Amino acid sequence: MSAQPADGTPDVAARPVVEERPTIVMCPEGPMLLRGDAVIEDAEGNRHRTTRPVSAVCRCNKSATKPWCDGTHKLLPKKLRP
Amino acid sequence: MRLPKARGTLSEQLFTALREEPGTPVTIDAAVADDAEDRAIALWASYELHYRGFEDVDDRWEWSPDLLRVRAGLEEVLEADLRERYAAHRPDRTSDRVEDLAKDLFDYVAAHDGPSMARHVQTDATEAQVMELLRQKSVYHLKEADPSAWVVPRLPTGPKAALMELQFDEYGDGNPARLHQHLFERGLEAAGLRSEYGAYVDEAATTVLEANNVQSFLGLHRRLRAASLGHLAAFEATSSIPSRRMAQGLERLGFPDEIVEYYREHVEADAVHEQLAVRDICVPLVELEPHLADDVFLGAFACLDTEDRQARDLLARWGVAA
Repeated sequence: MSAQPADGTPDVAARPVVEERPTIVMCPEGPMLLRGDAVIEDAEGNRHRTTRPVSAVCRCNKSATKPWCDGTHKLLPKKLRP
Repeated sequence: MRLPKARGTLSEQLFTALREEPGTPVTIDAAVADDAEDRAIALWASYELHYRGFEDVDDRWEWSPDLLRVRAGLEEVLEADLRERYAAHRPDRTSDRVEDLAKDLFDYVAAHDGPSMARHVQTDATEAQVMELLRQKSVYHLKEADPSAWVVPRLPTGPKAALMELQFDEYGDGNPARLHQHLFERGLEAAGLRSEYGAYVDEAATTVLEANNVQSFLGLHRRLRAASLGHLAAFEATSSIPSRRMAQGLERLGFPDEIVEYYREHVEADAVHEQLAVRDICVPLVELEPHLADDVFLGAFACLDTEDRQARDLLARWGVAA
């Protein structure tokens, strides 16, 4: 339990700040996470609708399931990762 | 599901006791176990009372102090073994900065070198070997994600919300037809195997039961919550690429779409889940509770180690060099 000041008011500062989560996250050396429903148009003009609450979009360009990440970035030398 | 077959002195005594009325005194000592196999099935059955139970065991046994005492004796052996093996594989972290944790955890998992069951399935496995693998794997996949669910109420705000985001996807995003456990059931049925919960426990290898037990052990003990999440992170981070290999191997052998689809789903799902497990669950938990950092690696090791041991065991049965 967090300590309360003597006057009884809750010590708000003691509680860690919880931030809104981001909608789009660039993972170092990994994919882009995308939250929510979206339609992605790939470089060939094909459209792909997200199917899960959080999707991982390929950034290394080597995925076999583009536009989605399939973990292939981990097989690349570090300097070739996003 | 009914109680599995006993595999030695301890499990024989324990299963006999469990068929009695709850409250019947149990004076079994876990030390009477004949071997690791006897311990593994006894512990597995003790844990199973917390999941789905047994038709031939009264549900009230779940919280019997006598039974919990036997379980605790078995857990002591499991934990001592795990920590002894981990001692030789502790990560060599150059700093304990939480900012480095995500990278260190991914690197730790990537640096681990073990036998690859997925590679064998991809290129060489026979249909009979894959059928056996599916039966063995069913012990876990039919309760996939359940052991991590125990951890949810034990977490602070950020990691709790993030674990639920991951678990929600494991449980089909609210759609029972997409529940991962159910996808595996459908895959088993399509492959001509039994899909009911616990169908193949009697033929489960000791290494398979042990892997299952480690997950329940970490999930059910609040003090080990970070290890349970480290296990989850390592599991997810070693899934996408092997799942693709599994899918390719099953296609090579002409397995039905349903079971191929189970592995396909895990290629994309776990490419998301590994990021969530590491960056949104483990790292924020350690930010809030820095003393848990080593437990995250203990759990990751537990996953890698038990997966290795299962793979080595099955490959050896099949005469394949690991």
